[in-house]
Amino acid sequence: MNPTAPSVRRQLKTPPASASPFPYNPGSLLSVLDLSLEGVSKILNRATVLEKEDPLVRDRILAKRRVALLFYESSTRTRTSFELAAKSLGADTTLVSSLSSSIEKGESLKDTGLTLRALGAEAIILRHNSSGAAWLLEAETRLPVLNAGDGMHEHPTQALLDLRTILTHLRPGVETVDAETLAGVTVMIVGDILHSRVARSNMLLLPRLGARVLLCGPKELLPEMAAQAGPGIVIERDFEAALRQSQAVMMLRIQAERLAGLQLDLDEYKASYQLTGQRLATFAPSSVVLHPGPIIRGLEVTAGVADGSQSAILEQVHNGVAIRMAVVERALTAQIGGRA
Amino acid sequence: MTALVIRGGHLIDPAAGVDALKDILLKDGRVAEIASPGKLKSVEGAEVLDATGLTLAPGLIDIHVHLREPGQGYKETIATGTAAAAAGGFTSVAAMPNTTPVNDSVEITRWMQSPERNASIRVFPIAAATRGSKGETINDYAALKSAGAVAVSDDGRPILKDSVMREVLVAATRAGLSVIQHAEDTRLTQGASMNLGPVSFKLGLRGMPAEAESSMVERDIRLVTELRDPRAHLHVAHTSTAAALAAVRQARRSGLRVTCEVAPHHFLLTEEHVGLYDTHAKMCPPLRSAADRDAIIEGILDGIVDAIATDHAPHATHEKEVEFEHAPNGITGLETALGLSLYWLHKEWKLPLGRVLSLLSAQPAALLGLKGRGTLAVGSFADVVVFDPKAEWTYRATEGKSKSRNTPFDGWTMQGKVRWTISEGRIAYNAETA
Repeated sequence: MNPTAPSVRRQLKTPPASASPFPYNPGSLLSVLDLSLEGVSKILNRATVLEKEDPLVRDRILAKRRVALLFYESSTRTRTSFELAAKSLGADTTLVSSLSSSIEKGESLKDTGLTLRALGAEAIILRHNSSGAAWLLEAETRLPVLNAGDGMHEHPTQALLDLRTILTHLRPGVETVDAETLAGVTVMIVGDILHSRVARSNMLLLPRLGARVLLCGPKELLPEMAAQAGPGIVIERDFEAALRQSQAVMMLRIQAERLAGLQLDLDEYKASYQLTGQRLATFAPSSVVLHPGPIIRGLEVTAGVADGSQSAILEQVHNGVAIRMAVVERALTAQIGGRA
Repeated sequence: MTALVIRGGHLIDPAAGVDALKDILLKDGRVAEIASPGKLKSVEGAEVLDATGLTLAPGLIDIHVHLREPGQGYKETIATGTAAAAAGGFTSVAAMPNTTPVNDSVEITRWMQSPERNASIRVFPIAAATRGSKGETINDYAALKSAGAVAVSDDGRPILKDSVMREVLVAATRAGLSVIQHAEDTRLTQGASMNLGPVSFKLGLRGMPAEAESSMVERDIRLVTELRDPRAHLHVAHTSTAAALAAVRQARRSGLRVTCEVAPHHFLLTEEHVGLYDTHAKMCPPLRSAADRDAIIEGILDGIVDAIATDHAPHATHEKEVEFEHAPNGITGLETALGLSLYWLHKEWKLPLGRVLSLLSAQPAALLGLKGRGTLAVGSFADVVVFDPKAEWTYRATEGKSKSRNTPFDGWTMQGKVRWTISEGRIAYNAETA
């Protein structure tokens, strides 16, 4: 504070920010903060039930219901996973991507959303490069909107599938979660936190189950203010010190497409933050290794770690389908069945 | 021109030191006579307005508005913008030059003031400081001034180069014009759409650091200091940070002619009001931290802030119904400034009514040298706002006079309802027929 600023601070009443009107639709999943722990438990439970269900029975759950996938960014895992999830419940899906659609001609997100609704879409799964896009789409269409990643903001189904993976390894058999479920567990998230929606969703979800979230990375990719995003979030810049404390290690890709001119010395980055077989064996020999993908082998993780026995990376992908079945089912049955 | 008598009202004219029940006679666009109730001499044939129970004050003056003409008439026109101004109690506005094309010429400056624009109140153009507001070549300030420009600014496009800003200050001082700077080091705000801080991190939005504003204010003050010319006048537009305000405070203590304005949204709202990507909370400079907002309030209360200016920035509905980072900056402000100022500054925070009105009239008039305005002393322009200071009402954007609806204050409680706005002796707004 500048020394010439007034020293007397009066206590004044100021206008509060108004309460959020979101989500408008009870079937929407925009943020992990939209879900109560009970809601998280229901999704985890349904994921297991649906996964075990006879495919021919499952196929009738959302038979002929219409789900639109609206993708403004390229995606392998999330798109395929949502599509398989919706189809395995019997829903009809249609994919609209920014290339090869009217988006290329300058159609707004609002108009694209209203068009999909008019075509009969009952829910929209949205991947978008702008933070907050899912909120805009939900406000304009009032349909159930599933946020499949908005800019640098959130990716709630990823956090749910990460949670399912972590539970499988650290709390086997647990599907009903509460504020103590992950007490004593430290989950570290490493790398490009600044640009990561996966990191934000995880750091907002896991502490609510009692976990401690340790963020690790260089200042350029992990600003100090990240620790203020919510309770239970701590910054530890020393990678090896962080590894020593963590039962789950979540590695992130450096998002070259979002660096916006930021120059990074990749050799230096690897020297400080690459997860190698040696580091893992020395500092976290029994921890589970996660990565939301896509992996850049040889950068944030070595090939040996990615393919190694501690890696749960493909399990995460597998869990994605089950979680998304539960989330798509919730989207289309929330009003009728009343499930939160 | 017919004469107009306003009878029975309580006149508050801070510049003239009047705070009493007075009748007032307006004639030929000027204030002809002020007298105790019932004591006016020459009222024959005059139209009479009964202002019993109401407050009369010098018409409000907003030195920072965007009227969008020429070129962006779908957002606002000079006619609709000044109608909104009159409804808000304003009788003069200074219009920023970021029109299409940019107002960097005598022709556009004159065009904006032409009677064909159908302005309800007086429009004072602010001319671009540099050609096309590109920050390179200085315009002909003497010519622009004689065409009616009251200041120069590249609002929205800050002048980054030291050498150009120095030249602007020298030339404007020579021409007797103020330099209004939109203080933003745009090298620090690339791709950013809100204040930099924990909230922007959480929302995954790129942030504008407070230093982007304060460092530019500090740079400009250094340039003014180096000029060593007491006539040089730097005015800092829409001050939003504690650090920038502290720099202004320091400059004033050093005896420099550095002034600043504050917008209602910066003394009322913080970055928390962005909520979940409300594009009506997106403007530049952005809504800042609570600490910055508190410093701005303190600056108003302790007098370092020279004026309240709205930065009225209308945008069409479809332009704001987009992804937050793609939405244009700005909100409307002309119809809410008085109601918010009276509700919060006066009623809640106990700033005397005269001082609130001074920040909205006498002080901005003095800043831009608008002679005969900002006061109702005999001989001044007959610019008057008559309002009910006790009335509480709810603002509805859809009922506004502006062509645009982009406001975060829809549904907010306002204090003080405008009854009449009189511009140079002519009724520009009448609540009963509006």
